[in-house]
Amino acid sequence: MLRTHEMELNMGPQHPSTHGVLRLILYLNGETIVDCKPVIGYLHRGTEKLFETRNYYQNVPFTDRTDYLAAPNNNLGYVEAVEKLGGFEVSERAKYVRTAICELSRIASHLIWLGTHAMDIGAQTMLMWTIREREVVLDFFEAALGDRLTTSAFRPGGLRRDLPEGWIKAVQGFCKTFPDRLDEYELLLSNNRIWLDRTVGVGIISAEDAIDMGLSGPMLRGSGVPHDIRKAMPYAAYDKIDFEIAVSEDCDSYGRYVLRMKEMRESVKIVEQCLGDLPEGPITGKVPKMLKIEAGREIYHAIESPRGELGYYIVSDGSDKPYKCKIRAPSFVNLAAITQMVKGLLIADVVTVIGSIDIVLGDVDR
Amino acid sequence: MNNTWLSDDVIIPLLLIGIILAVFPLLVGYIVYVERKVLAFIQSRLGPMRVGPYGLLQPIADAFKLLFKEDITPRNADALVFKAAPIILLVVGFTGLSFLPMGEGFTAFGYDIRLSIVDVNVGVLALLAIMSLSTYSLVLGGWASNSKYPLLGALRSAAQMVSYEVALAFTVLATLMIAGTLSLSGIIDAQRDMGVWYIFVQPVGFVLFIIAMVAETNRLPFDLPEAETELVAGYFTEYSGFRWSFFMLGEYAAMTVMSGLLVTLYLGGWMRPFPNVELFSFLDFIPGFIWFVLKVGFFINLFIWLRGTFPRYRYDQLMGLGWKVFIPVSIVNLLVTGLLLIVWDSVAG
Repeated sequence: MLRTHEMELNMGPQHPSTHGVLRLILYLNGETIVDCKPVIGYLHRGTEKLFETRNYYQNVPFTDRTDYLAAPNNNLGYVEAVEKLGGFEVSERAKYVRTAICELSRIASHLIWLGTHAMDIGAQTMLMWTIREREVVLDFFEAALGDRLTTSAFRPGGLRRDLPEGWIKAVQGFCKTFPDRLDEYELLLSNNRIWLDRTVGVGIISAEDAIDMGLSGPMLRGSGVPHDIRKAMPYAAYDKIDFEIAVSEDCDSYGRYVLRMKEMRESVKIVEQCLGDLPEGPITGKVPKMLKIEAGREIYHAIESPRGELGYYIVSDGSDKPYKCKIRAPSFVNLAAITQMVKGLLIADVVTVIGSIDIVLGDVDR
Repeated sequence: MNNTWLSDDVIIPLLLIGIILAVFPLLVGYIVYVERKVLAFIQSRLGPMRVGPYGLLQPIADAFKLLFKEDITPRNADALVFKAAPIILLVVGFTGLSFLPMGEGFTAFGYDIRLSIVDVNVGVLALLAIMSLSTYSLVLGGWASNSKYPLLGALRSAAQMVSYEVALAFTVLATLMIAGTLSLSGIIDAQRDMGVWYIFVQPVGFVLFIIAMVAETNRLPFDLPEAETELVAGYFTEYSGFRWSFFMLGEYAAMTVMSGLLVTLYLGGWMRPFPNVELFSFLDFIPGFIWFVLKVGFFINLFIWLRGTFPRYRYDQLMGLGWKVFIPVSIVNLLVTGLLLIVWDSVAG
């Protein structure tokens, strides 16, 4: 018997542009999306449970592996939560260095976002170009922190060691040339007819919906809500630094593209200021070798990761290990908006929307 | 001259066919090599460097790899159609090649040799008709795979074809009206008689043809049927080994044929630049075949530049573009050309 019915398409977990192991069950009418169900958990490693089995110092490497594209930001979220929980002293110099490294990490993360997002839409060249600049940033991480991707950058109290000689000068050199590179990227994309056709009006989320769903980061600011934890609840050295929050009123993928490009330029300014005003002094505060935090304390500390509000909720039980650690992962919350964003669009737009949300599956599944 | 019907219609064409069948697959390998290199340079990489000096033997290594790969037919696929689809594309591509006049012809062993295998008096029509058949390969291959991504790729391919083919036909029609012939070599002769390449007479048609050509060959920004970031590999997702390489071979053959058609229609085919200007006659020492290869090579390069620069259109946007922009523009172009021809005739005659 002839009949018509919706086609059910499994997009992922093996698919070139679901950015890891995201699985989307798409219900299609032709190529139009009737419904979309995200299925997650393919990268679940029980990180939060693992936190309970190691002491406060040993937990830092776990945080690298949640949002692996912006490891320093994750390190910072955890380390600052521990510092606040135990009331430990943080060196002033470390605060500035942390800020600079986190902003470099934001640049590296946004570069990967730009490259993959453009590649998903078909502009292959962009990925190679952005990887080229990200490579420089990763070299800075390697020089200062000893590792490129899983940095384990910070420890409660400050950093493990001070910056190597010549590092500041090299980073300042990068900060001078990097805006020109951004101009180059924008030359290829910003006014490109096809890029505009593919991103303007695609993946719309209104400010009300964004707030209701608890979206954060560029997803929230892309809908015109000027909320940035770096300004709202300053941490590290952000309260002493002059920068602007990038906001876009467009609510669509193009708006979020413009916004993230602007954020990278702001990050460059922040890095320059941090390195310019870098105070002298020890790189780490006086913190005991064995951290023990008295029982019954709890803390929720959030920072602005490249993807949004990254929060660590830690409960202590008097031992050297956390009793419980819950991560509020921005990718996980932001991903929830995908169903609403792709309804009525085409398959090609799903890819645009995934790229525009900028998810990292390690962050979603933990 | 020793030419007889036997030599003209059988022996020489068979020899040329043999040469094309032997050389072209290798040539495609090197077009892919050039593509990878040029794309790499655009993206600040080196491209293939390992196999041979500067990776020059890479195409040969790739060809061997493909030949030795397992030829998989999915269990639920329609085996006959599944196996036939890539062959259709390959046959279409090679048949297209046989229509192109690739040089001015020469005399060897007492025989006049024309450098096109078939030179029928309706060459343009026949070529366009044959090239359109390639869509069947995509649709059938996608359908017979009995898999979801290939099905979507196949549907896109059909949708794509109806949106640019009409505009392509109207565009070519305007050129044919000026030339007054449907024969490909006749069009080249007409350009010589007129003294200019048709690109200067039909600039709008030239641009439209380039865009339609990219859509016809399924290349970025119109590579919707394969769109690897959306449909994994589109219509050939389920193909492997040498059947997969047939699709590649067919695609590059189509690129070559369409570039050859473009060169013939708008850039004087194998003629040197400014064919009637004495000043440039020193260029005559370069044979027509070389000019043809240079011109076709330039447009194959253009395909690669486009791939390195542009994002991909969405298929509804391509359809919108085809129906709302290209078809109206090509019809206006046709009307204006016709009017000017009438005016010209009444003035001249």
